Amino acid sequence: MTIHEHDVVVVGAGGAGLRAAIAAEEEGADVAMVTKLHPVRSHTGAAEGGINAALRDGDDWELHAYDTMKGSDYLGDAPAIETLAQDAPEEVIQLEHWGMPFSREDDGRVSQRPFGGLSFPRTTYAGAETGHHLLHTMYEQAVKRGIRVYDEFYVSQLAVTDHDDPEDRECHGCVAYDIKSGDVVGFRARNGVVLATGGDGQVFEHTTNAVANTGDGPAMAYRAGVPVEDMEFVQFHPTTLPSTGVLISEGVRGEGGILYNSEGERFMFEGGYANNAGELASRDVVSRAELTEVNEGRGINDEYVYLDMRHLGEERINDRLENIIHLAEDFEGVNPIDEPMPVKPGQHYHMGGIETNENGETCVSGLYAAGECACASVHGSNRLGGNALPELIVFGARAGHHAAGRDLGTAEVDTGPSARTETEDGLDTPVEPGALDTPDSDVAADGALVEPVELVERAVERERARIEDMLERDGTNHAEIREDLQETMTENVNVFRREADLKKALEVIRECRERYQGVAVSDPSRTFNTDLIHTIETGNLIDIAETITLGALAREEFRGAHWRQEHQERKDGEWLKHTMISWNDGSPELYYKPVVLEGENKEYEPKVRSY
Amino acid sequence: MSTQIKERDTETESESSEESEHQTRRLSEKRERADMKERADNDLSEHDETVRLKVFRYDPEVEGKKDPRFDTFEVPFTKGMTVLDALIYARDHFDSSLTFRHSCRQAVCGSDALFVNGRQRLGCKTQMVDLEWPVRIEPLPHADVVKDLIVDMEHFYDQMESVEPYFQTNELPSGEEQRQSRENREKVKMSTRCIWCSACMSSCNVAAGDNEYLGPAAINKAYRFAMDEREGEDMKAHRLNIIEQEHGVWRCQTQFSCTEVCPKDIPLTEHIQELKREAVKSNLKFW
Ligand SMILES: Cc1cc2nc3c(=O)[nH]c(=O)nc-3n(C[C@H](O)[C@H](O)[C@H](O)COP(=O)(O)OP(=O)(O)OC[C@H]3O[C@@H](n4cnc5c(N)ncnc54)[C@H](O)[C@@H]3O)c2cc1C
Ligand code: SF4
Ligand code: FES
Repeated sequence: MTIHEHDVVVVGAGGAGLRAAIAAEEEGADVAMVTKLHPVRSHTGAAEGGINAALRDGDDWELHAYDTMKGSDYLGDAPAIETLAQDAPEEVIQLEHWGMPFSREDDGRVSQRPFGGLSFPRTTYAGAETGHHLLHTMYEQAVKRGIRVYDEFYVSQLAVTDHDDPEDRECHGCVAYDIKSGDVVGFRARNGVVLATGGDGQVFEHTTNAVANTGDGPAMAYRAGVPVEDMEFVQFHPTTLPSTGVLISEGVRGEGGILYNSEGERFMFEGGYANNAGELASRDVVSRAELTEVNEGRGINDEYVYLDMRHLGEERINDRLENIIHLAEDFEGVNPIDEPMPVKPGQHYHMGGIETNENGETCVSGLYAAGECACASVHGSNRLGGNALPELIVFGARAGHHAAGRDLGTAEVDTGPSARTETEDGLDTPVEPGALDTPDSDVAADGALVEPVELVERAVERERARIEDMLERDGTNHAEIREDLQETMTENVNVFRREADLKKALEVIRECRERYQGVAVSDPSRTFNTDLIHTIETGNLIDIAETITLGALAREEFRGAHWRQEHQERKDGEWLKHTMISWNDGSPELYYKPVVLEGENKEYEPKVRSY
Repeated sequence: MSTQIKERDTETESESSEESEHQTRRLSEKRERADMKERADNDLSEHDETVRLKVFRYDPEVEGKKDPRFDTFEVPFTKGMTVLDALIYARDHFDSSLTFRHSCRQAVCGSDALFVNGRQRLGCKTQMVDLEWPVRIEPLPHADVVKDLIVDMEHFYDQMESVEPYFQTNELPSGEEQRQSRENREKVKMSTRCIWCSACMSSCNVAAGDNEYLGPAAINKAYRFAMDEREGEDMKAHRLNIIEQEHGVWRCQTQFSCTEVCPKDIPLTEHIQELKREAVKSNLKFW
């Protein structure tokens, strides 16, 4: 049995994972990244718009923090938000010092531009390819430092002790499947494991996320006892191409692009969705308007609406929106100079995730999380554009430093079930959520009693048996289950959320879970068995889908990205709190913890979120 | 090898800037695409809206797949369908063991460079209507096949990493950014767009014959830093040394195959030529 040993093991090598690994190395640790994709293939490379940081005179971190808190609809935690805003400038300058090719002003300084919800143009960018450059620049630095990468290794389990209370548990490593050779190997992390596995957009049928964004990190952490936070908050983007989910940026509407339905109506105005802002209304408003049109029979092919920029003229389009022409042509086969572009809402970003504090720590000691898979929580119920990339580097760095032993002071955000102030026992679900056979959790039996290396070995053995079983038995193909899961999520837990639909979704998710018990991998090969990888991913998607839906059913209000038909307003009296779900060894438990509005110098006062 | 780019007259002003070259290339591709589309639309009725894929299969471990073969899949065609979409459909509906790399579906992750109808292309960026049907899909030539459409990328990564592909400078301002002129940023811009797909390397005859040749992508990476004014002159000299080695720039025979297949429109051959000129200049200086 192969067990690799390192001080710090980082799972994932996108923006957050790379920054964490570099930070741990800076601190003198022996660090390795274990990643299912080669680092430069991570989805951070898809980010276009930019990265928020208060760099200039007239701007300061407090304004950035204020904007972020307001954007979060007062569901972000002030200590995390302030950390983001305070650390972002230094981190962005650091990227420049590592050679990142930012766009430049005449005086040679890095360019910044305005973005939705920002009181100062602080979105620092590198053309329309900010994420690509951020990812590659950091990978280059990892190469420079000789950081070990286990590339195309799929992490499928954490090695966590089995103490009753998750807050007593310890993480000593993880188990990975070597995709090329088919070996199951162990990773022993002497100091800590950092999860940086990115988004989970594959829970939905239609998403701007990559095929590899399957929520593996949150699912693994959840089953090992770490609570997931605010899972109901999923951001949808209103203008994505129907056949692939490729994102068409707000820039098109910013330049004057218009939306119309199958009857040729400019529905944002004519349908009364946003009489003032029209196409420029916020992401959630436009997404709901589009779906209403489609649901009421005014969509094209019952699926999408049109985004039209032909009237801007070829010259202006070529000048300002050239990359959009390429996107529409390459990925939808439509030339937007001659034709309107079909668009529909798509899942874009998950605000919720693994509960951490502002140092990236979870309640299980030795287990950290950073980036989109984590919930620190800075975005609350709604993420501002340009705030995810700084999150990756700020919290990636903190998690890496902390795991490698740097003292970052005591965190102010509380984690773990002990932070609970209120338990949800009244939630009426049509079926039991959680494991089919309880107790069931991904912690090592007798783990609390054995040596760390032995704990990792046991986890490897358990995983080997599970994989062997999936390869050998006959049964259902995962793709059918995944398709049904994605379909129900898209139909019932989308931008519109109604009680009956959410319950329907829970039933379908339960069925998926039952069918998954009999799932089998038909490719018998040990070499590059993607059938097996996708099958494991589908299992993770089921857990993630369930937590999103449970959170959505529990939260009886309309806040940020979460809209409930029966509850059309933000209810600060009752709902200024985080929705927490703990796996609880297979019988999920829902509870709440309060939002922290108390900042370093001030208390944030909830105000109406209007722009 | 067939290429999609045909010489045509265009109305665009012929500035020699990189940007306008793309415009020209885009325009001609666009025209071609319109022709193709028409053809495909006509074809559709004949094909009953399915497209036939002939896909290379190989698995060193599985009986019946040890000898390479081609499998045929009939995939229902939908508007906007890419080669990658068709492969995904075939895998999810006909044969879950069909293996290929992919992730972003939007030409940024560089995972799915394939040999499609005899040319290196990104599966996700290639519209079915732009191709002759049936569509033949093979792994990238000049690389070891691991399984089906998956090739071993190690050699490519080694070459990329051999050119010290990271920013290096001794002087950094404290607490603020280094300055860089807009012109200089423009100069390196195209070179920074590489997504490590290795299409260029696969298309290169020189790389096929000389396994140690750095290859277009690695040389382009060196260009990206050598031309970046923030690194300074000493560093530039060091970088020119690296690419002047025996298996470096002088091996390039200016065949343009890399430039033609690069999905990010990077003018690779030009960059290699420019480095050759720079190297000559800097050698003269020290003589
Ligand atoms: C189209 C698009 C545009 C965007 N634009 C912007 C923008 O302009 N500004 C902004 O701030 N944000 C933007 N975002 C959001 C932002 O880009 C993402 O939230 C962020 O890049 C996620 O980074 P990450 O490091 O957390 O994850 P990723 O970059 O997705 O990396 C995840 C890593 O985890 C690895 N991994 C996953 N599972 C496993 C496993 N089981 N085992 C081993 N490894 C695993 C993967 O291999 C990968 O390396 C955009 C997002 C999208 C989709
Ligand atoms: S230079 Fe172009 S073809 Fe070569 S690896 Fe980079 S993106 Fe791919
Ligand atoms: S799937 Fe990422 S480049 Fe094609």
